Amino acid sequence: MSKYSAWSVFKNGLSGHKNWDRAWRDPEPKTEYDIVIVGGGLHGLATAYYLAKNHGLKNIAVVEKGWLGGGNAGRNTTIVRSNYMMPGNRDFYEHSLRLWENLSHELNYNVMFSQRSHVSLLHSPAAIDGAARRYNTMRLTGSDGELWDLPTLKRNIPHLNYGPDSRFPIRGAAVQRRAGTARHDAVAWGYARGADQHGVDILQNCELTGVQRDGNRVVGLQTSKGLIKAKKVGFAVAGSSSRVWQMAELGNLPIETHKLQAFVSEPLKPLLDHVVVFGVGGAHFYISQSDKGGMVFGGDLDWYKSYAQRGNLPIVQDVAECATSILPCLGRVRLLRHWSGLMDMSMDGASFICKTPLENLYLNAGWNYGGFKASPASGWYFADLIANNRPDPIIANHDLKRFERGCNIDERGAGPDPKLHG
Amino acid sequence: MIRINCPFCGERDHSEFGYGGDASIQYPALDAPAKDWIEAVFQRENIAGVQQETWQHTSGCRMWIVVERNTITHEIHSVKPAHPGTKTLLANAGDHQ
Amino acid sequence: MSGHRIKNGGRIDRSKPINFTWDGMPRSGYEGDSVASALMASGDMVFGRSFKYHRPRGIMSAGVEESGAIISIGEGDRKDVNVKMTTQELYQGLVATGQNAWPSVRFDLGAINNSMSRFLVAGFYYKTFMGLPPFEWGKGTWLWMQYEKIIRKAAGMGESSREADPDHYEHAHGFCDVLVVGSGPAGLAAAQTAARAGLNVWLVEQDAEHGGSLLAESSDTERTAALSELSDLGVTIMNRTTVFGLYDYGVAGLLERVTDHLSSADPRLPRQRFWTLRAKHTILACGSLERHFAFGNNDCPGVMTTQATRTYLNRYGVLAGEQIVLATNNDSSYSTACELARAGASVTLLDARNQINKKVAQKLSAANVDYRAGHTVVKANSGAEGVSSVLIGKANGSEWTATDQLPCDLVALSGGWSPLVNLISHRGVKPVWDPSTACFMPVDSSEPLTMAGSAAGIWNHDDCIKSGHSAASMAAKSLGKETTSVVMPATGGWNSPIKPLYEVTVPGKQFKGFVDPQHDVTCEDIRLAHREGFVSVEHLKRYTTLGMATDQGKVGNIIGIALMAEALGCEIPAVGTTTFRPPYTPISIGALSGQSVGAHFRPLRRTPMHNWNLVNGATMTEAGLWQRPWYFARGVETISSAYIREATTARKSVALCDVTSLGKIAIQGPDATEFLNRIYTNPFAKLPIGKARYGIMLRDDGFVMDDGTTWRLGESDYFMTTTTAHAAKVMVWLEELLQTRWHDLKVHVTTVSEQWAGVAVAGPKSRDTLLECVEDPGVMENAVFPFMGVIETTLKGGIPCRIARISFSGEMAYEVYVASDFSPGLMDLLWPIVQSKDGCLYGTEALGALRIEKGHVTGAELDGRVTIEDAGLGKMASPNKSFIGSALRNRPDMQRHDRPRLVGIKPVDHNFTFHAGAILCSEDKVEGLGEGWITGVTHSPELGHWIGLGYISGGHEAWYRKRAIATDPVRKGNVEVEIISPHMIDPSGSRMYG
Repeated sequence: MSKYSAWSVFKNGLSGHKNWDRAWRDPEPKTEYDIVIVGGGLHGLATAYYLAKNHGLKNIAVVEKGWLGGGNAGRNTTIVRSNYMMPGNRDFYEHSLRLWENLSHELNYNVMFSQRSHVSLLHSPAAIDGAARRYNTMRLTGSDGELWDLPTLKRNIPHLNYGPDSRFPIRGAAVQRRAGTARHDAVAWGYARGADQHGVDILQNCELTGVQRDGNRVVGLQTSKGLIKAKKVGFAVAGSSSRVWQMAELGNLPIETHKLQAFVSEPLKPLLDHVVVFGVGGAHFYISQSDKGGMVFGGDLDWYKSYAQRGNLPIVQDVAECATSILPCLGRVRLLRHWSGLMDMSMDGASFICKTPLENLYLNAGWNYGGFKASPASGWYFADLIANNRPDPIIANHDLKRFERGCNIDERGAGPDPKLHG
Repeated sequence: MIRINCPFCGERDHSEFGYGGDASIQYPALDAPAKDWIEAVFQRENIAGVQQETWQHTSGCRMWIVVERNTITHEIHSVKPAHPGTKTLLANAGDHQ
Repeated sequence: MSGHRIKNGGRIDRSKPINFTWDGMPRSGYEGDSVASALMASGDMVFGRSFKYHRPRGIMSAGVEESGAIISIGEGDRKDVNVKMTTQELYQGLVATGQNAWPSVRFDLGAINNSMSRFLVAGFYYKTFMGLPPFEWGKGTWLWMQYEKIIRKAAGMGESSREADPDHYEHAHGFCDVLVVGSGPAGLAAAQTAARAGLNVWLVEQDAEHGGSLLAESSDTERTAALSELSDLGVTIMNRTTVFGLYDYGVAGLLERVTDHLSSADPRLPRQRFWTLRAKHTILACGSLERHFAFGNNDCPGVMTTQATRTYLNRYGVLAGEQIVLATNNDSSYSTACELARAGASVTLLDARNQINKKVAQKLSAANVDYRAGHTVVKANSGAEGVSSVLIGKANGSEWTATDQLPCDLVALSGGWSPLVNLISHRGVKPVWDPSTACFMPVDSSEPLTMAGSAAGIWNHDDCIKSGHSAASMAAKSLGKETTSVVMPATGGWNSPIKPLYEVTVPGKQFKGFVDPQHDVTCEDIRLAHREGFVSVEHLKRYTTLGMATDQGKVGNIIGIALMAEALGCEIPAVGTTTFRPPYTPISIGALSGQSVGAHFRPLRRTPMHNWNLVNGATMTEAGLWQRPWYFARGVETISSAYIREATTARKSVALCDVTSLGKIAIQGPDATEFLNRIYTNPFAKLPIGKARYGIMLRDDGFVMDDGTTWRLGESDYFMTTTTAHAAKVMVWLEELLQTRWHDLKVHVTTVSEQWAGVAVAGPKSRDTLLECVEDPGVMENAVFPFMGVIETTLKGGIPCRIARISFSGEMAYEVYVASDFSPGLMDLLWPIVQSKDGCLYGTEALGALRIEKGHVTGAELDGRVTIEDAGLGKMASPNKSFIGSALRNRPDMQRHDRPRLVGIKPVDHNFTFHAGAILCSEDKVEGLGEGWITGVTHSPELGHWIGLGYISGGHEAWYRKRAIATDPVRKGNVEVEIISPHMIDPSGSRMYG
C-alpha cells in the first residue's frame, strides 16, 4: 500500500493516476473474527485502528450497514475542541484533541485539522465568570484557554454584530486556540485506510440483523452477509444504539435518539477565520467556514425525539436568526443545503464507553452533540477497554451504572432530559 | 413542520408545542425504591416507530397531551389529553355545542 | 459564440431599453431580459471561472441549473455573490461583475491551475499538504495551516460583503387546499382542475413569468388563456417564488423575491418574503431539466443545452449562435433545430441514434437543417473566447470514431431529460431509475403528493396537460370534491427511444470531459474514485465533490452515476442516487431569519417599573430576557461605588429594589397543600394561612431545580415565587406533574408573573417606611406581622397589595406586590418616604453583594449539578415525607462527604480580591481539576474587604485553619484565601426577625 505524499501525487500524476490502489480493501467476510466492531462510523473505525495499532490485535472486522462514514461522521459541523470541565470529560477530550493534533501524520491522510481557534461569545459578567471557571479548569489541566476582551475580539473578528441594535451586546469571548475544524469525511477514510493497512476487514453494506447469544456471551452476529462469529463484539452505532442493544435482548439504554440539523451556505471567499459560538437568550449557534468556502453552521436539536434524517422549518428559522443576528453580513449569503443526523442523546449529556451485562460485549454510545471531536479518544479508549477488558480510569465514569451511583458529569447541568443536552 | 391536532385548540404547528417525552413511562410512587426511580428517570425504550409521547401546548392552551406518533415518519396517529379528567370535560363540552 | 438579438419575437420589450454594466463595461438590454440573455445578445462569452482549474465558463443553460455563468450582482453592502446569471432579471443600472478570477474572468491568472490539472485530481489534497514536501515530513498541524491559508483564498467563489445586510425580510404564513408547484402546461392544468372543483389553490412559480416551458414556445395563447381563468377562479398566483423545500405534514417553504428585480424598490417592501405554506395536497409540476453529456472540452464557453438555445430564442429574442452544432440523443431537439435555423443560424444536427425518422428528416431538410444520424460531438475546440469548432464522431458500438471537424460558434446539447425529483426527495421518497427513458423517475409517496407533467417523466405536451388534470382530480377527490376522473397518462412519449449517452469516448484518445463543470469534476475523476474504492454514490460525491456545487448536482449527478455504473460493470440503479436536500435552489439566510434579528432577535422583557427606574437613574442589565436595574449611580459614581453605597444603605436604613422579574404562580384548589408538599423538599402541610415559607424544589434525579417562597393566602390558595431564570421552566414542570402524573390532585396552577409587580423594601427602616404607606398601620405590628408573615392590605391612595416579610438581604425586609399597573404609583408612594430616611434604590449588583454576605444562593450556585446538601440547605430536606427527588437524591455519589459544598471565601490579605470563576486549589497543588470554584464575589461594605461564595470539597469544616489558593489563570494570578462559613454576616438572622 503506497504512502501518500506530494511525491506520490506527483508521480501518479505523470502516469495518469492509473496506479493508485484502493484506499481500503473490500474483503468478503470471514466466518469468524476475534473482534467485530458494529458500526463503520468514526468511532468504530478509530476503535478498529487502535485495536490493531496500539494493541497489536489481528483478525478484526468492522461491519457497517451502509457506506462507511455515512452516519454522523459525514453529517456534523466538523468542530474539534476540548473545552470540557467535568471530571471524566476533561482528560478524555483533552486526550482526543492531542490525538487530533497529529492525526494527519498518524494516518498518513490529510484530515485537514485546522487549529483556527474556537471563540465562544460572552454577553454578560455572569457569562464571563462561568466561562472563566471552565477555561481556568482547562488551563490547570494542561490545556489552553483564554478570555478575550472586547477590543481583542473586535480585532480578530471585526464583522460580528457589535452594534447598538444587538439584542445581547457582546462583552468578550472565551477562546481555545488549539480548537478548530477538520474535514469530516477524511477522518473516516483515513481511519478506514489505516485500519485496513493493519489488516482490519472493513465490511460495508453488511447490516446487523441479529445478535446470537449463549447465556451472557455473544457468540455471533447475524448480518446481511451471513453469520459472523466473534469472540468479542463492540457496538459503536450512535443513533441506533438502542436498536442494537434491544437486538441483543438487553432492554433499555439511557439514550434517546434525536435529530440535529446542519447547514452549509454557498462557497465564499474567506469570510470567517475562526469557529464562532453564540449562546444566549436560549439560543445555541455555531459557525465556521469550510476550506471549500461554505459557511458551515448549526444550532439546537429539533426538540422532539426522531429517527428521521431530515429537519423541520422552526429550527431552520431559529438557526438563521442566530446567524444574521451575530454576523449581520450573512443576510445575503445563501443557504445551499440543510440536512440532519441522528444523535444518541444520553440522559446527562455524557457518553458511554463501557462493559455491558454480556461479558464479551462492549458499548460505545451516547455521544450527544460531541461525537466528532471525541472520535480519536473514543476509539483509543474503546480499543483499550476491549483489548484489556477493563476501563482506563479516564473513562471510569463513562459507564451505564453512573446513574445508579448518582455520578453527574453533565456539562450543562441541564438535568435528566435528553433533549436539553445540546 | 409537524401539525398537531390539539384536542382543545385544533390543528397547530408543532412549534407552538413543547415536547415532553415518552408517555409510556409510569413514574413510581414518591416513596418507591430508588431502583424504580432510576428505571423511570433514566432508561428509555427509544422506539423507532410508533410511540406514545407527551407534548404541551405551551403557546396555546398550556394543556399536556398524549400524542401517538411515528418517530421515523413523524406521522401522528392519535392525540388525546394527558389528564383523563379533561377528556370528560371535553366530551361534556361537545354535548353542549 | 456570437449571440445576437433578432429583430422580432421574444417576450422582451424592445421599446424599454435597460442600461447596466458588466465588469465595469456598459451594456444594454431590454425589459424582460435576464442578465444572461442581455449579455449573450451583446456578444459576451466568458462569465465565470471554474472552482478548481479556473477554466473559463460561459452560459450553459437558461435556468436555475446554471453551472457556468455565476457572477456577483450589486455593490457594497448590497452585493450578492454566486448569482446565476440566467435567473437574474435585468434592471436599470444593474452592476454585474465576474468572480473567482483575477484580474478578470476573461484573463485569470488562476488558470495556472489548469496547467497543473494532471496533479490536482479528485482527492489529491487528502494525500498531501500534511508536512514538508515531497514526503510530508513533520508533525502537528502547523504546515497544513500554512497551506490552508492559500487554499482557502483560492477556493470559495464570490467575495461577499462583510457589511451588515441593509435590507429587511418578512415571514408570512399561508394555508391552502392544493399547492401546485410550477406553472408549465401541467401546473396550469392542475391549478385549473383544482380551482374549478372549488378548492383553495396556490400556483407557485419560481420564474418572473408563468408558463414554464411554454415561455420557450413561440405562441402565447395557451398560457394567457389559462392564467386569466385561474385569476378569475381566485387562485393565488405567485411568481418569483421558489418552493424550496417540502417538510412534514404538507408544509412547504416558499421564498418570494419581492425586490431583487427592481432598480429602486419602495423601502417599505421587504427584499424577500419567506412563506410557510400548509397545503392539504401538493402537486409537483416542477418540470424536468435537460442533461448535457461529457466529451472533450465539453465545458468550454459556447456549449449549452438545446432547451436553453430555444429559450433564448423564443423568450428573449436572442440567437445564441450563428453556426450551431446541435448534438442530441432523443426526440426533443428536432423542433428547436428547425426554429434556430429559421431564425437564421446555420444548424447541423447530430443524432447519436443511427436513424432519423423520415418525417423528421423531411422537416429538418425543409428548415434547412443539416443532419447526421449516428453522429455526435467528440471534442470541442476553443478559440479565443469560446468554442470555434468541434470534432465529431460516428457511432462505433458503445464508442465513437472521430470523423471530421465542423467549424461552429455554439454547441447545443441534449443528453436526455431528468424529471425534477428534488422536492419529492425531500420527503424521503427515493426515485427509481427507468432505463427506457434513461432517467430517475419519482415514485408514489404515501403522503398527499402527486407529480405531474415532465416532473413525472411525461414528455409529450398534451399528456403533460392531461397529467395535470389527473393529478388535480385525484387531489380534489381526496379532499371530498366531485370532479371527473382523468386517467394519468403513461410516462415517456417520444416516437423513437432515447439512446443513453453520458460520455463520448474515442478508443486511444484522452479527452478532458467534465461531469460537474462548476467544481471541475472530470470523467477521469469518477474513474479515479472507482479505482480507489470510493464507489458508493455518497463516497463518490464526497471524494470528488460531484454534485456539491451551487447547482447541487442538477447538471452532473446523472452522468457521474452512469460513469460509476460503467466502471463497476453494473446498472445505474445498483449505484443509486444521492439524497437531494432542501433548499431546491439556494436561499438567503436573511429571508429565513425574517424580522427576528438584531434588537428583535429575542423578546425583550421589561418590568412595569422600567421607565420609573430609568427616570430615577437606573443603569440596566440583562437577566435572561429581562432588563433589570443594575445600579443607580449618583453623580460621578462608578458601578463599584454605587453598589457599595446601595448595599451599605440597605443595611443601615432602607432601600428599594424592583423584583418583578421573579416568576409568580397562583396555586389553587383543594389539594394545593398536598401538591406543595410533594414538590418541595421541606414540609408545607402545616403552613398557616398568612405565612410564607422558603422552599427548595428538586428534579426527579434529586438535584436542586429551583428555590423560592410560597405564601399561603387562604385554605386552598397559594402564591409562589420562583427565580427569574427558572420561572417558565417551573411553570411547565408544575403543569406537567398535575396533568401527566398526579391525576389524583385537584389543583390549578396559573402564571401570574405579568399580573403582579414586586418591590423589595429592605433595611432596618423598612417597617417604618411601610408604616407610612399602609392605610392601616396596625397591620405592620411585629406581633401581627412577624418574619415570614403575609398580609393582604391597602396602601395609601387605595392601592391593594400583598406583602410578605421575607428577606434575601438578611435585613428586616418586605416584598410588596401590587397589580402591575399600580407599580409606578407604588414607587411614587414609597420613594419620597425612603428618601426621607436617607434610603436609596438598589439594583442587581447590590442585591448580589447583600446575598453573598448572607450566603444566599442564586443561579450561579444552583447550576444543575448541586444537591441540597451541597448548597448547605440539607436541613430543608424533610426526613419525614417523600417528595420529588427524594428517592434519587440519596444515591451514593450524591451523599459523599467530600463533595464540593457551599462555602464563604475571603482573601487572607484583605487588600486582595479575586473573581468568580476562579478555581480553588489546595496550597500544595495548584493544578488539575482543583478542589472547588468561586461562584460569586463582592466587596462587603460591612466587612470592609472582598468576599466570595463558592464550592469546595468537603465544605468549610474540612478546610478549617487550612489555606486555599484561588487561581485564575485566564485573568489574573493566584490569591491566598481562607475558607469560611457562607453565612458571613449575622449568621443567627437576628436582623431579619427584629
